[in-house]
Amino acid sequence: MDGIVIIGAGEAGTRAAFAAREAGFAGTVTLVGSEPHLPYERPPLSKPVDGAVQMKAICAAETLAAAGIDYRQGVSASGLDAARRSVSLSDGSTLRYEKLLLATGAQPRRLTCPGAQHALDFRTYAEAAAIFSRAEAGRHFVIIGGGLIGMELAAVLRGKGLAVSVIEAAQKTLGRAVPARLAAKLHDRHMDEGVRFHLGQGIAEITPDAIVLADGSQVPADIVVAAIGVLPDTHLAQAAGLAIGNGVLTDAFLRTSDPHIFAAGDCAAVSQPGGGHVRFESWRNARSQAETAARNMAGADEAFVATPWFWSDQYDLGLQVAGVPLPDHRSVVRPSGGGELEFFLDEGRLVAAAGLGPGNSLAKDIKLAEMLIAAGISPDPAALADPGVNLKALLKTARAA
Amino acid sequence: MTWVPACKLDDIEQEGAIRFDHGGRTYAIYRAPDDQVYCTAGLCTHEAIHLADGLVMDFEVECPKHSGVFDYRTGEALRLPACENLKTYPAEVIDGEVRVALS
Ligand SMILES: Cc1cc2nc3c(=O)[nH]c(=O)nc-3n(C[C@H](O)[C@H](O)[C@H](O)COP(=O)(O)OP(=O)(O)OC[C@H]3O[C@@H](n4cnc5c(N)ncnc54)[C@H](O)[C@@H]3O)c2cc1C
Ligand code: FES
Repeated sequence: MDGIVIIGAGEAGTRAAFAAREAGFAGTVTLVGSEPHLPYERPPLSKPVDGAVQMKAICAAETLAAAGIDYRQGVSASGLDAARRSVSLSDGSTLRYEKLLLATGAQPRRLTCPGAQHALDFRTYAEAAAIFSRAEAGRHFVIIGGGLIGMELAAVLRGKGLAVSVIEAAQKTLGRAVPARLAAKLHDRHMDEGVRFHLGQGIAEITPDAIVLADGSQVPADIVVAAIGVLPDTHLAQAAGLAIGNGVLTDAFLRTSDPHIFAAGDCAAVSQPGGGHVRFESWRNARSQAETAARNMAGADEAFVATPWFWSDQYDLGLQVAGVPLPDHRSVVRPSGGGELEFFLDEGRLVAAAGLGPGNSLAKDIKLAEMLIAAGISPDPAALADPGVNLKALLKTARAA
Repeated sequence: MTWVPACKLDDIEQEGAIRFDHGGRTYAIYRAPDDQVYCTAGLCTHEAIHLADGLVMDFEVECPKHSGVFDYRTGEALRLPACENLKTYPAEVIDGEVRVALS
């Protein structure tokens, strides 16, 4: 019988395999993953414990077997024939499918300057292990790219007492995913911790022991890590002639332009009710899209709806963002438990919230904000700003109304 | 079984939780919407995260890190990524004082 084949055994692919079983799918489920490990979680890679990279498996081999998931470890899908509904694998075998899930994730964007080969990527366990094995006292690290992953790495390396410089092409760090106010607070914290920043700087060249900036100045570098974002892995989809944009394009049901092929996670750009396609690069998104795609592959007909949410840990600070804050939203700030919450209103409606504070202290409030967002309410900005007003009470009132 | 005094009922918000450390271990004590109290192991079974920082709604607590959910009355793991149940301990209120039985 031709069952479900899943390409990519990351967070999305692995969750989808289990979710297909949870949805009662009784056919074969084959999970093909090119990395030579059990499926593992990426977020811990930039959050080592006691200086060692964590290999946190998503599940045990026995759990895969017990769920009847045929896991092909260390095998890549090299070809996709959508007309024949078959996938060819790097081990020479071919799989036929009734439904296929592309969960190929994303690949680090590569530098193009001379000497780019000196820079290490940071996406996989092997790459994380390579970076941290070089993290010895006295070494000077340069991180290219002041996004979430670059800044998490900077925090970890400073925690180990290493010299760290961050080079960022934009005038600000964390500009893409984090609302400006909290991004500035995080940036200040990195400054206090002794990270050196070179902002608004292009790179002319990477030499074996330095980075030459566009203005000619040099930054000493023993180890260079490139963290300039990721590109969706669309190779197979493209070769099979599927519709591609900033990712594999899907409809709201996570179906690609071929009705037998679905996509989820970092590789998928999903059609939005308001038009256009959006691709997210976050852990929870990978899991929740995988669940919807798996249920739909098993016969359901469910549109994907979720409030985007991600977290980041830097030093002792926890950041959480729910929804998509935009610069033209009205911002309302509330102090909370040693940190700060920021709410974002679009024509009065609560559409996003972000929190930055010690540890997980703001998680509860962000969760409530997420429920307020999902409820589609327009709270009184004064109530949002007032730490004395309980968000749970606000939610209950809104739900009762 | 030894009963250990933990806190006052009023120290816990209704439909809320607090962290309680005792004997080198950490616990979470919950005050349900009906003012009953419950006690579970303090750390999420997914990663070692303090559940008392999580949101309590009805009889469930949601882990502040990855949104795993537990029924704090029984310790049952209700939502992934949490899949292992939490240990629970008897808890009661006497004259406004909460005590828990830690074995
Ligand atoms: C260092 C780091 C830290 C992060 N921290 C956070 C965080 O704190 N919070 C957060 O929300 N998100 C974080 N993320 C992002 C999060 O990990 C990703 O959004 C998530 O892993 C996406 O899951 P995915 O399954 O779509 O893709 P991936 O995890 O990239 O998995 C895709 C898998 O498919 C495999 N593959 C690709 N092509 C093929 C093929 N042809 N054949 C077989 N296999 C193939 C790849 O090898 C890969 O293993 C972090 C990411 C990194 C790299
Ligand atoms: S630590 Fe609790 S769900 Fe992950």
